[in-house]
Amino acid sequence: MAHSDMDVDHTAHGQSMGLLRVLGPAHVWALGVGIVLVGEYMGWNFAVGKGGAYAALIACWFAGVLYSCVAMIDSEVTSTVAAAGGQYTQAKHIIGPLMAFNVGLYLVFAYTMLEAGNAITLGFLVDTVAGMTGHEGGLDQRPFIVLAIMFLAWLNYRGVLATLTFNLVITAIAFVAIITIFLATSPLLGAGEMLHKDLMSGQASLPYGWLGILAAMHFGLWYYLGIEGTTQAAEEVRSPARSLPFGTLAGIMTLLIAATLTWYVCAGLMPWEYLGDGVNGAVAPLFSAAQITGSSALVWLLGIGTLFATLASANGCINDASRAWFSMGRDHYLPAWFGAVHPVYRTPYRAIIFLVPIALIFALGAPLDQVITFSILSGLLGYTFMPINMIMFRKKWPLDTIKRGYEHPLHPLPAISLMALCSVTYFAVFLGYGTQLIAMIGFYIVVSLWFHFWRYRFVKRADQFTMPWPRPRGY
Amino acid sequence: MARYIPPVQSKLGQVIDVIVLVVLSVGALFVPLWLGLAGSAKLPVPVENPTWESLGQNPVMVAQWNKLGFPDAASAHDMITARYDYSFSWISLAVMVIVIVGYFVMMIRFSDIEYREVIAEKFGEK
Repeated sequence: MAHSDMDVDHTAHGQSMGLLRVLGPAHVWALGVGIVLVGEYMGWNFAVGKGGAYAALIACWFAGVLYSCVAMIDSEVTSTVAAAGGQYTQAKHIIGPLMAFNVGLYLVFAYTMLEAGNAITLGFLVDTVAGMTGHEGGLDQRPFIVLAIMFLAWLNYRGVLATLTFNLVITAIAFVAIITIFLATSPLLGAGEMLHKDLMSGQASLPYGWLGILAAMHFGLWYYLGIEGTTQAAEEVRSPARSLPFGTLAGIMTLLIAATLTWYVCAGLMPWEYLGDGVNGAVAPLFSAAQITGSSALVWLLGIGTLFATLASANGCINDASRAWFSMGRDHYLPAWFGAVHPVYRTPYRAIIFLVPIALIFALGAPLDQVITFSILSGLLGYTFMPINMIMFRKKWPLDTIKRGYEHPLHPLPAISLMALCSVTYFAVFLGYGTQLIAMIGFYIVVSLWFHFWRYRFVKRADQFTMPWPRPRGY
Repeated sequence: MARYIPPVQSKLGQVIDVIVLVVLSVGALFVPLWLGLAGSAKLPVPVENPTWESLGQNPVMVAQWNKLGFPDAASAHDMITARYDYSFSWISLAVMVIVIVGYFVMMIRFSDIEYREVIAEKFGEK
């Protein structure tokens, strides 16, 4: 694939305008970590509610293994399929159109719901800060939710380089805030305020027993959900074969460190019942941890960290969801109107604008845990697709047929591990949120039938296969 | 293989397709909420005249509750006693497995039918 500054897209439907190739590995890191780091600032603590603090830590590490498999598999395939749409484009070339359509929807809904969750948290934070500074009676959070989403959509509309440079800066600050509160509260440098032994004794150790550990895997995914979004930037990265694996793998390492430190700080300062209640208790657990230390400096730092993490995540989510929606429009999986690129800013502007009201509907109308569950379920379906995709990729194009920018080791062990961990997570979601699980799968079954029997008639056949690959084995 | 020429979709048809997708996706989240089926049964288990001891809280935990703005056991009662109900029937578990596996099997089979057309048109019949 050529890596010119202005790749021109002639393959889709005669458009002569492509996305700009301006991003480096640091932007890829910022996109992946920027989307996910908010998972340490909110949402992961529902895992504590489902199984207790120890269960949340075990879930954190098992989910870390799951996402390491995701990152390895994704890096190999993406270093070869470097096109906007990420896993959607992978599915289109490796499994088939219907799978690609579903994967595109997984991406759009996982990111749009995550964006809605970020906006809800931002509204809560503004309300809390207003209360701390003397405002009485509570604030109406809705204007702040609407403004945040509109501002970030505008930023995305104006250009990808500014968007992801903005993400790089605020993500780095949010990550430093986590390191700072860890150092300030741990015995290493700080006052050694950690109370794990007393807060996790007796019934508080494993309140639901071993079943709770399984159940905690549901929200354990939230520590890392979205890291696979790095592949969405494939068409805008200067050197995809090098930058995408580097940025993605550096991102998962960053998140493993941040997730463990976050658990350590929060579980050592708050009773599990409070920490695990992300609706009435610790909505923003790191911010709550800072409040409990009594340090004004930490409260401000973690308040800013929470604000920046939510903005960085929502920003990256708008970027990724719009690329997936744009790619499906370009291929006529959705109306082709969405496949347009802005003539000046070179962004998928129609997709960006269209997804704004969708995010607002969920941010203003649904509770946080439901929005997060919807996002996790879409992500989980996407992770279930990945091992199938990887096995088919190696089968249809063995290593000697296509040059990969990165070859992941120990195949098929990561794919099998990923499938096993996904199965455990389905069971974890089933424990407590089975209705949403069935509703969501029902939705995907209905739209799959709609696509196969109706929408696919508008799609050109051979034009979908745009990679310069040989004929797949077995076809 | 003859090249497939897709029909041109009218603007109204495109709008209807988008509306269908939006209605389905919004419905998938909001219908369970409206029907009261969403979320889990995480409900408080009432304790008469609660004290920190009766709620299983040791002095360190109590100190942290106080810092978090819960001055007495009654104020933290609902949060401390709320528990998920993880009881389930094996039949409902089996239904879930069948639905998920069935969904992926259906998708891979339909995808394969479509994919063979794509490959045949791209690379020619074997």
